[in-house]
Amino acid sequence: MTLALALEQLLNGLQLGVMLFLMAAGLTLIFGVMGLINLAHGSLYMVGAFACATVAAWTGSFWIGLIASLVAAAAAGAIVELVVIRRLYDRDHLDQVLATFALILIFSEGTRWLFGSFPLYLDIPPLLQGAVALPGGTEYPVYRLAIILAGAIVAFGLYLLISRTRLGMRIRAGESDREMIGALGVDIRTLYTVVFALGAALAGLAGAMVGALQSVQVGMGEPVLILAFVVIVIGGIGSIKGALLGALLVGVTDTMGRFLLPKILALFVAPAQAGMIGGAAASMLIYIVMAVILAVKPRGLFPAAHA
Amino acid sequence: MMTLTRENLINLILAVMLLAVPFAANALGQPFYITLATRIAILALAATGLNLALGLGGLVSFGHAAFFGIGGYVAGILAAHAFSGDPLLFGLSGSKQMWVIWIAAVILSALVGLAIGAISLRTSGVYFIMITLAFAQMVYYFAISWPAYGGEDGLSILVRNQFPGVNTMRPLTFFLICYVVLLLGLGLFALIRASRFGTALQAARQNEVRVATVGIQPYRIRLTAFAISAAVTGLAGALFADLNRFVSPSMLSWHMSGELIVLIILGGTGRLFGPLAGAALYVIFEFALGGLTERWQFFLGLILLAVVLFARGGLLGLLAGKAKHG
Repeated sequence: MTLALALEQLLNGLQLGVMLFLMAAGLTLIFGVMGLINLAHGSLYMVGAFACATVAAWTGSFWIGLIASLVAAAAAGAIVELVVIRRLYDRDHLDQVLATFALILIFSEGTRWLFGSFPLYLDIPPLLQGAVALPGGTEYPVYRLAIILAGAIVAFGLYLLISRTRLGMRIRAGESDREMIGALGVDIRTLYTVVFALGAALAGLAGAMVGALQSVQVGMGEPVLILAFVVIVIGGIGSIKGALLGALLVGVTDTMGRFLLPKILALFVAPAQAGMIGGAAASMLIYIVMAVILAVKPRGLFPAAHA
Repeated sequence: MMTLTRENLINLILAVMLLAVPFAANALGQPFYITLATRIAILALAATGLNLALGLGGLVSFGHAAFFGIGGYVAGILAAHAFSGDPLLFGLSGSKQMWVIWIAAVILSALVGLAIGAISLRTSGVYFIMITLAFAQMVYYFAISWPAYGGEDGLSILVRNQFPGVNTMRPLTFFLICYVVLLLGLGLFALIRASRFGTALQAARQNEVRVATVGIQPYRIRLTAFAISAAVTGLAGALFADLNRFVSPSMLSWHMSGELIVLIILGGTGRLFGPLAGAALYVIFEFALGGLTERWQFFLGLILLAVVLFARGGLLGLLAGKAKHG
């Protein structure tokens, strides 16, 4: 019974990790290629979720909503890049933090203006409803398994895109020497817009998929954004491989910590206290893991060459 | 030493105006404006703390809400224990005396600042920004999930803490206390900026390698500055909790960290009165826009974006010209 529960929690951890990877991949790509720290990435996640929920409500189809979320987030990303972000590449990180912080305020209040303060709800598509039996006798929702699968597919697709295509070659070149590929005649401004829109689309996809698990509301992107920061700091900023491993590490550590710590503590102290201390400790666990990793490797597990 | 440059004149006007408004409001029977001015003074003090790290040291801490909130919780928790009579730790009791609370807030914030700084300062640039953010989130989640002091709901301070000889519940009196503390904070900033330590700190910002070459360890200088910076922001947090007579995890949230940076940028980075100018501007924006529209944060975002993109010197930069090399 406990083993089955542990397996269930492990899968939940994987699912969280996969979501975090979608966010972190975009962040780390944008930082790797453009050297930009983008706080507004969580807003693009929110845009994706709202687009999916709205379109799914109109059309009655989750799948059209999912496509809409990709389109809307990529479009929002491209517009933001053209209007604002483009002016920030030459600025220091402080200016980037502030400008993208301002973008969060604009996105959040703007969304609240358009959609009101009440959360929207998004139903799991009929195809993915229901649960499958896990070894050990518990059941696990199909939808969460589908998210893990989707994340794995996206991770593989991203790997192919970056290692096998012309666009990927340019992205890699941009990561190692921005000025050089500009000098070689690659239209670097368009490349930047494309990379930003790609990162935005990944965030939007994550938002739409999570939207069916939680409510779709303003501010939903912020906790995920900060976890994604922890992920890329652990993984090494600019490294996609680091983002993947970091995301899985953070997802599983966080979920298993919340599950196991209170239980472990219960062996030593009274159950009520164990729940309290364990809960508090579990909420800090990933940050402690991050601190330990950084104390040993200040540039993360897979430091990018230039950063 | 203090020559009457344009910037000094503007600083003087700012300081006098901040003092004059509450007296005028008091005379006109408008205590709300006294609260507004108190808010400006406290936020300015918090941002002055951050300005030590960010302005002088170039350390972009995106986690100063941690210290602000710790200061606030020190005030709230000491007051709660004094009220209930339960001993705190190691047989110590709570306190309703502001000066006790201030000392505790300063010491605790400085210690946490040392711990966070010791790890964060091993990194730099964008890593430093994200790590300070992450540590602040750690404190935030701890405050939310620790139920003993209100958890997510926060902690009320039933009666404002006391200061010997005066009635702190009078808005004007409490403002004056905050004003004096702000002036002391600004004085500390000016002293540090002019000191050998401050020179080394600024030199480490401008050229780390050269500083190391002349035999000064940038890490130790920065860590010291970070801890002092944390202490000042923590002190402001204790005052803020007393102003609202309430402390909650929102004081620890990353929006708060962002706001503190915004205050400095709005006013002018690294300048003595930048935080005060920024805090005044911010609180007035908040009040004026908040009166016009519920969506004031939307417009605040637009204004902030415009300042970052087009007016990099902030308000003091516009009024007093470019900052001298400090």
